[in-house]
Amino acid sequence: MLLQTAAVASTGHSLQGSVAEWIWLVPVLPLIGFLINGWLSLRAVGHVGPADPSGEEHGHGHTDDAHHDAHDDGHQATRHPSASIVSVVGPTVLILAFLLAVAIFAALAAAQPDAPFVKQLFTWMVAGDFRVDAAFQVDQLSMVMVLVITGVGALIHVFSVGYMRDDPGYPRYFAYLNLFVFFMLVLVLGASYPVLFVGWEGVGLCSYLLIGFWFTDKVNADAGKKAFVVNRIGDFGFLIAMFLLFANLGTLDFSGVNAAAPALGAGSALVTVICLLLFLGCAGKSAQIPLYVWLPDAMAGPTPVSALIHAATMVTAGVYLVARSAALFSMAPAASLTVALVGGLTALFAATIGLKQWDIKKVLAYSTVSQLGYMFVGVGVGAYAAGIFHLVTHAFFKALLFLGSGSVIYAMHQAYHHTGSHEDAQDMRNMGGLKQFMPVTFVLMWIATLAIAGIPPFAGFFSKDEILGAVFARTHGSTLADAQWFGIPGSAVLYAVWVFGLAAALLTAIYMTRMMLYTFHGPNRSGEREREHLHEAPWIMTGPLVALGVLSAVGGWLNLPAFFPAGPIQALHHWLEPVSGDAALQVTHGAEAHMTATTEYTLVGIAVAIAVAGIAIAFARLKPAALVPKAEAPEAEGFERVLEHKYYVDEIYDRIVVRPIESGSRGILWRGLDAGIIDGLFVNGSAYLARGFGWLGARLQTGRTGTYAWVLVIGVIAVLSAFSLR
Amino acid sequence: MIAESLALSAVLFTIGTIGVLTRRNAIVIFMCVELMLNAVNLSFVALSRQYGVTGQVFVVFVMTVAAAEAAVGLAIIISIFRHRQTVNLQNINLLKG
Amino acid sequence: MSDFLASIGYNGWILPALLILPAVGALAVWLQGVLSRGTSNDVADTTARRMTFAILVLEFVLSIGLWWSLDQKDTGWQAVVDLPWIDVWGARFTVGVDGISVMMVLLTTMLMPLAILGGWTSIRRKVNGYHTLMLVLTTGMLGVFVAKDLFLFYVMWEVMLVPMYFIIGIWGGDRRIYASIKFFIYTMLGSLLMLVAIIYLGLQAGIMEGKPNFSYDAIMAVSGLSPTAMFLLFGAFFLAFAVKVPMFPFHTWLPDAHVEAPTAGSVILAGILLKLGTYGFLRFAMPLFPGVAMHPTVRTTVLALAVIGVIYGSLVALVQPDFKKLVAYSSVAHLGMVMLGIFANTRESIQGALMVMISHGLSTGALFFLIGMIYERKHSRMFADYGGIAKVVPIWSTILTIVALSSIGLPGTNGFVSEFLVMLGSFKTVPYMTTVAAIGVILSAAYLLWALQRLIYNAFDKPSNRSLPDLNWREIGLLTPLLIGILWLGVYPKPVLQRMEASATKLVQLVEQRGANQLPALTSGGGGN
Repeated sequence: MLLQTAAVASTGHSLQGSVAEWIWLVPVLPLIGFLINGWLSLRAVGHVGPADPSGEEHGHGHTDDAHHDAHDDGHQATRHPSASIVSVVGPTVLILAFLLAVAIFAALAAAQPDAPFVKQLFTWMVAGDFRVDAAFQVDQLSMVMVLVITGVGALIHVFSVGYMRDDPGYPRYFAYLNLFVFFMLVLVLGASYPVLFVGWEGVGLCSYLLIGFWFTDKVNADAGKKAFVVNRIGDFGFLIAMFLLFANLGTLDFSGVNAAAPALGAGSALVTVICLLLFLGCAGKSAQIPLYVWLPDAMAGPTPVSALIHAATMVTAGVYLVARSAALFSMAPAASLTVALVGGLTALFAATIGLKQWDIKKVLAYSTVSQLGYMFVGVGVGAYAAGIFHLVTHAFFKALLFLGSGSVIYAMHQAYHHTGSHEDAQDMRNMGGLKQFMPVTFVLMWIATLAIAGIPPFAGFFSKDEILGAVFARTHGSTLADAQWFGIPGSAVLYAVWVFGLAAALLTAIYMTRMMLYTFHGPNRSGEREREHLHEAPWIMTGPLVALGVLSAVGGWLNLPAFFPAGPIQALHHWLEPVSGDAALQVTHGAEAHMTATTEYTLVGIAVAIAVAGIAIAFARLKPAALVPKAEAPEAEGFERVLEHKYYVDEIYDRIVVRPIESGSRGILWRGLDAGIIDGLFVNGSAYLARGFGWLGARLQTGRTGTYAWVLVIGVIAVLSAFSLR
Repeated sequence: MIAESLALSAVLFTIGTIGVLTRRNAIVIFMCVELMLNAVNLSFVALSRQYGVTGQVFVVFVMTVAAAEAAVGLAIIISIFRHRQTVNLQNINLLKG
Repeated sequence: MSDFLASIGYNGWILPALLILPAVGALAVWLQGVLSRGTSNDVADTTARRMTFAILVLEFVLSIGLWWSLDQKDTGWQAVVDLPWIDVWGARFTVGVDGISVMMVLLTTMLMPLAILGGWTSIRRKVNGYHTLMLVLTTGMLGVFVAKDLFLFYVMWEVMLVPMYFIIGIWGGDRRIYASIKFFIYTMLGSLLMLVAIIYLGLQAGIMEGKPNFSYDAIMAVSGLSPTAMFLLFGAFFLAFAVKVPMFPFHTWLPDAHVEAPTAGSVILAGILLKLGTYGFLRFAMPLFPGVAMHPTVRTTVLALAVIGVIYGSLVALVQPDFKKLVAYSSVAHLGMVMLGIFANTRESIQGALMVMISHGLSTGALFFLIGMIYERKHSRMFADYGGIAKVVPIWSTILTIVALSSIGLPGTNGFVSEFLVMLGSFKTVPYMTTVAAIGVILSAAYLLWALQRLIYNAFDKPSNRSLPDLNWREIGLLTPLLIGILWLGVYPKPVLQRMEASATKLVQLVEQRGANQLPALTSGGGGN
């Protein structure tokens, strides 16, 4: 960092003095929103004095009785007193941040600097040789992320205004959401690993708070805690990776690490271990095997939260971290292969589970896990731009899917609320035929579904194709293909990853079509009385959906494939070149990964064929008309049952990790070692020993003066005789 | 002369000791203790003829202590008698551990 | 600011003033209690509280000048005052501070007035006695931190023990007698051995002058001790400090003492008293016998105990049904982290250890305050009696969440900065131990979040909790400084780190150099000890 500063000072960065100097304001704006909304929230609840709990009484009554099924609501009629201020403050700070980010982006695009612009704010920690500044880094990668976060974030904030309007915790919700955006921006803007880590843990905190937003339900509180703790397991790896980097390189700034990284030795065990530990962190944050278990549970939070945090932004932080550490990963082929393989496996594994979920949000959750796996395949094989590309398009269509599902749930919930029913508003077996009631949502959801399934010309097609193409291209003539992975040739691993990717693509098309079929097509299963109340959500909610729909449709134009005749060909790829271009080239031995046009066309053909096949299979095999509502549905049998129970992974973790730790701590460590051996045997034991000796001594005290006198005399005689005999 | 005095002192001391050891009445034991003290006083006085005035000074000290002891001791005995209606030491073992 | 301080000769009188003020105050409060017998109890009690609070606030205001008067570059003792005391024993009243102790002094003077506020309504019996003891305790603790004479250090060490014994034993919970005796005997066990060691060292230091010399510099200059003597002396210091820290097998007094102590007692115990142990390591055990401390066997053993403390404390905390006990065990884990940093002996880890000492004082202090507040309302510390109370006590719940997150070590709070520095530095010299200790990061999240969930989240199913009142202004006011400290040290710890840097660097160098001189004799001569 010192070198960096000196370099900047002497030469002057092209962005110096430009609008990029204001980069600190981008995260600070949501922070201001957090402070205002947080204060409003606390002030309002603080007013509800305990002496007059009647206002609260109603709320308790509801939440206590409410079924878990009905949690994703917001249908209490107790609108918050400061709701109108919050509705303005919450989204406005995001929109302002987005506008500022656009301005900075434009400045960056105009300047096209090769080195990142680092804005130093103040010195954070100094100790010994260690020094880290609170500094923000403006470069091509971070600004792409900032645009996605503030842009999609702003849309989701607007959507939330409608979705959460009637929730009694409205200001608290926006406070958390603003705080989340603040930390997420710190994460992507941080100029060093520790600053990134601030955001990294901070978004985890907000995720925790928002998953458990309706905290009086134990399931929600459990899910929040699980998310945080599982993330912490990943953070453990991240921390150790940072310690290793510091111990070996003496710095944790990105620029310093990138400059010094070659000293670690390409392909050395050290850099492999560092990358694997970093990836452990990513696996936690981005829900990869084996740490993916928290994400499906995280759906307990409000649906816009799922869209923003658990689909578009936070869960992609792991992908960002790998891309950010491209210099390290490109030096560690074995670790990169692990990333790609884990990504591929997760993509496939989660997709199979997604096939049999009934909760609409659970389908999307497993879909997210699966798509994150794709991104890791991309960054794992060294196609960092492709991974980021998929991250961006995924943010568009997955946010759309989640918000669309939120819109559906909102409608279902309103309907159930009107009739006083306690049916599950998220179960697809209770939906069906919604296209006639919610036409806008229906069309937009189909766009997103085609995008995620990989149908051209929608966004997901381009990004997914780019990743699969990159995997195929690297099976020959890359450091990955030449490397060994536990004795297996790297090219074999890559072929396997490619097959996993294709299989996951097929499954993705199937389960997404299934979701659409069961939700929007066929007969309606919500019940006679409810049907009358089903209608489209207000415009404040559908507006953002439309915007996301447009982005999902045209997002692929960000990075058109090389064989395309015209348009912005590989725009994102070239844009990101200053950040990860060198690393990507190192993976492919310095040459651009290149395939013949025939190979490319064949690959694209296979991908499209698979997507179409998936949709066709779903249409052919699934009969929405044959479905029955949840309450009447029979138990699934055989393998379907295993899928429905998510391969029993949660149960297995519970048995082999959670319970042994708890019972071991209680039985062996606490009751046994602490209270038993240390305290019982040694501490109280020595006390009992002393007491025992005291008891023996007390036996000599008869209390009879006569006895004492005799003892005295005998003693005197003994002493005297001893003296005289000497 | 000194020999006789010391012999008398020894006889008195022995009587006192035996009294303390064998008697049960607190008053009697107390008197026996006094007897022992005075036996020692006698030997002090006797020996002071030979060794100077220090012995006699000591006697004064012993008498003072004995007086104080008598005051405190008798007070305790009376207090015990009030509580227990007896001064028989066989029956008094408050100090039993 | 520093010019103004220099103009009033601040460094010349501040340390004795800080020691004398609470002592005189203690006398005044006690006399006030004696004199006001017969008058209305309430009036007398309120006067006692106000007097004590005023004295301790004055103490804090006086001490705050140390922040500026400390010369950050100077590695030596500053603000030294040297007065004759017990001449025949060679004991002198010598006090001084350096970058390490000045932070501990400020932590103490800051926590003490808050502790008084914390017991404002919960202490109802023998109010004057309680406040007298609190003031005596202040003198004792400050004395330990500023003593530059080992005899004075020992006296202050014991002075501080006695009030704490009474505070637990008189104003404590149901098993207070057991807890206070356990606390006292545990501590005495170690400190008496330390007395022997101090006397031995004092005699050795004064061997030329014919009378003992207990001054720190003279004892540091003692050389030519036999390996066996060094091992035994280190052992004596180690035991005294390890009990106080408390390190893993010597920790069982802590949960009992914490659970039984009144709120202020717990706060002071966790916030300051435990730090006396780690301070002792930094000030005496490490610099005096670095050869022993850095002896591979000894070092590995101590580090292993520290790391076991981290993991073990966290695991046992996980299953406590009592919130206060949970926090007590979490202290064992945090202090294990400090010991890891101290014995890893790098500049980063020592500074990190000092930061943990400060931030643990703030975070755990705040946690104990919060427990005390809810206990005052509900008379229970059991998780089973709560659930979902964020609905009725939102302010308490918000503050509890922030404090718990800082204890978990969330970046942006003091907990992260301190533990990160410890582990970052320790990793350079003892990577494997540090890796194991880092697992504590996961566990701390597990036990504290679970605790939060069982207290403030989950279903609101205990109707009697409905009438729990939220925090009042006094309580919010006393927590505010702690919250500010938590965030300040998390976002901008540089001023604190800078003030400790020179002393920490000196300590590391000292340990390395002296250790290099002592170690050869040890490994050849007394290695088998």
